Amino acid sequence: MAANASLLQFVHRRRRGAELFLLILALVVGIGAYASVGLGVDGEVPTNLVGYGGWLAALVVAAHVVVRLVAPYADPVLLPIVAALNGMGLAVIHRIDLAEDSGRADQQLIWMTVGVALFVATLVFLPDHRVLARFTYTAGLAAIVLLILPMLPVIGNEVNGARIWIQVGPLGFQPGEVAKVLLVVTFAGYLVVHRDALALAGRRLLFIDFPRGRDLGPILVMWVVSLGILILQKDLGSSLLFFGLFLIMLYVATERPGWLVVGGAMFFGGAAVAFQIFAHVQQRVDIWLDPFADRNGDGYQLVQALYGFAWGGLIGRGLGEGMPSRVPESESDFIMAAIGEELGLTAVIAILLLYGLIVERALRAALISRDGFGKLVATGLAGVLALQVFVVIGGVTRLIPLTGLTTPFLSYGGSSLVANWVIIALLLRISDHARRPVPAISEEADDPDLNETQVVKTVKPS
Amino acid sequence: MSELTLFLVRIAYLAILWIFVLSAISVIRSDMFGARLPSAAGAPPAPKPPKQKAPPKRRGSPTHVAVIQGQNSGATASLAEAPILIGRGNDAAIRLDDDYVSTRHARIVASGDQWYVEDLGSTNGTYLGAQRITQPTTIGLGAQVRIGKTILELRK
Repeated sequence: MAANASLLQFVHRRRRGAELFLLILALVVGIGAYASVGLGVDGEVPTNLVGYGGWLAALVVAAHVVVRLVAPYADPVLLPIVAALNGMGLAVIHRIDLAEDSGRADQQLIWMTVGVALFVATLVFLPDHRVLARFTYTAGLAAIVLLILPMLPVIGNEVNGARIWIQVGPLGFQPGEVAKVLLVVTFAGYLVVHRDALALAGRRLLFIDFPRGRDLGPILVMWVVSLGILILQKDLGSSLLFFGLFLIMLYVATERPGWLVVGGAMFFGGAAVAFQIFAHVQQRVDIWLDPFADRNGDGYQLVQALYGFAWGGLIGRGLGEGMPSRVPESESDFIMAAIGEELGLTAVIAILLLYGLIVERALRAALISRDGFGKLVATGLAGVLALQVFVVIGGVTRLIPLTGLTTPFLSYGGSSLVANWVIIALLLRISDHARRPVPAISEEADDPDLNETQVVKTVKPS
Repeated sequence: MSELTLFLVRIAYLAILWIFVLSAISVIRSDMFGARLPSAAGAPPAPKPPKQKAPPKRRGSPTHVAVIQGQNSGATASLAEAPILIGRGNDAAIRLDDDYVSTRHARIVASGDQWYVEDLGSTNGTYLGAQRITQPTTIGLGAQVRIGKTILELRK
């Protein structure tokens, strides 16, 4: 509480000017990559550079103006980082388009427009993130429905062995991407109410407080849901993401490492059983242990990605001068391999740093946030992004077995891009509330009843 | 397009990327260390005194919590011993023999000048008036907190 009191006196500046400056740099990063691709492939600056750059700039400026108007105290670094990553992703997808003669970059630009529109809508229609706490169980139900949707006949669609798509006419969508945002809201709303019961009771064994048996209910439910996704939808990545997310939030809410021990044991137990039973899990682990055993078959994708990283070296071959299209899925899951080949380790480290900064800013918003719900939502969203980046980049670089997930903001994929823009909007909303100076309260009125009783503004009943 | 030009373009692009990363970090740095502390000129409130266990005694501030209805009617506990645990368990500051009360039902805690009642995940809930509370809620003098069949209030 003492640290909290000193933070309350710490007045944050708005920093919107700094945000604008960084946004201009981010645009240079995005549009520069696009121009560089044109120079590398065709030997000339692309003819539509002005139109493309103008569209990108318009989107970014629109987002900035909305932040200025409705969330003036929001974190100044998040939006520029996201704009830079998104712009760079577009350029790399465009590069792969040129190699494969496809038109994904245009589609991705449309999805980015949708993403920015939802970003703006979230900020405008959600003036206070605590309203979301009312929809704790509604959000949970919606998330479960969304997760079940791909299993239904007709609209469910199986792509590359994973049943995580729904197809309505020409539009494909991954409901799991939206479900992860809803699940963060559900977990936060649940834990903020029940954390004392989860944190106080329990017995101590070997210096670690273990939770009570009957409090294991929610973690068991999440475990079953994760295993269900793994078994029924054959989606390793999402299963890992959801369970890891719940564990992180449980640990942060209760401050008890016992949950990590229990959850970790459950995760490794489940993974071991899945490894024994399911061929596709075994296959992934085999590829991870020795990708070169079957380098033209199962291991082809990973081996080509590793060749790409090696061929790129420290500063890369230059945009437009590598062969990123040799890696299957190089525009989505394996986009880091394309970047590693054409821009080298230097750019890969820069991108990892940018992801690190996003997570740092999100955790910072959680740290200074004045309400428990906002803290947990910000932590959960940071956890989603961190886990996703770790799982996918760890998989591509053969640190851990490969599990399909998109690289946030870089990969080709509309559902993921749109959901991630909404995540950033929620983070900006929470950081805006956290950084806004506390309203002055009169210290002493003659009649104590006239004193304002609350420092934190409450949610108005609707 | 010559090799050299393409090489320079590549180096220039990597430089731009890193300039962006470093500027973002420098903005974060200035954000951490460059914040204004409220000054006297802006007439904000004076810095709060260091946190105390219980709010300062002032005229009209509550000193104890009393059971006013239910089996243990008349039991009291001094607010100086905050936080006060209420429940059926032996470690509770106010022990209630009420079947509708959980072992560790609720607690009353101080924060700043305010007293809060906080439900500890009880089975039957803690009510302020007709409202079941879901998060720590401020209570003032005479506010009636209902726990099971028991009603408590803050008193001078």
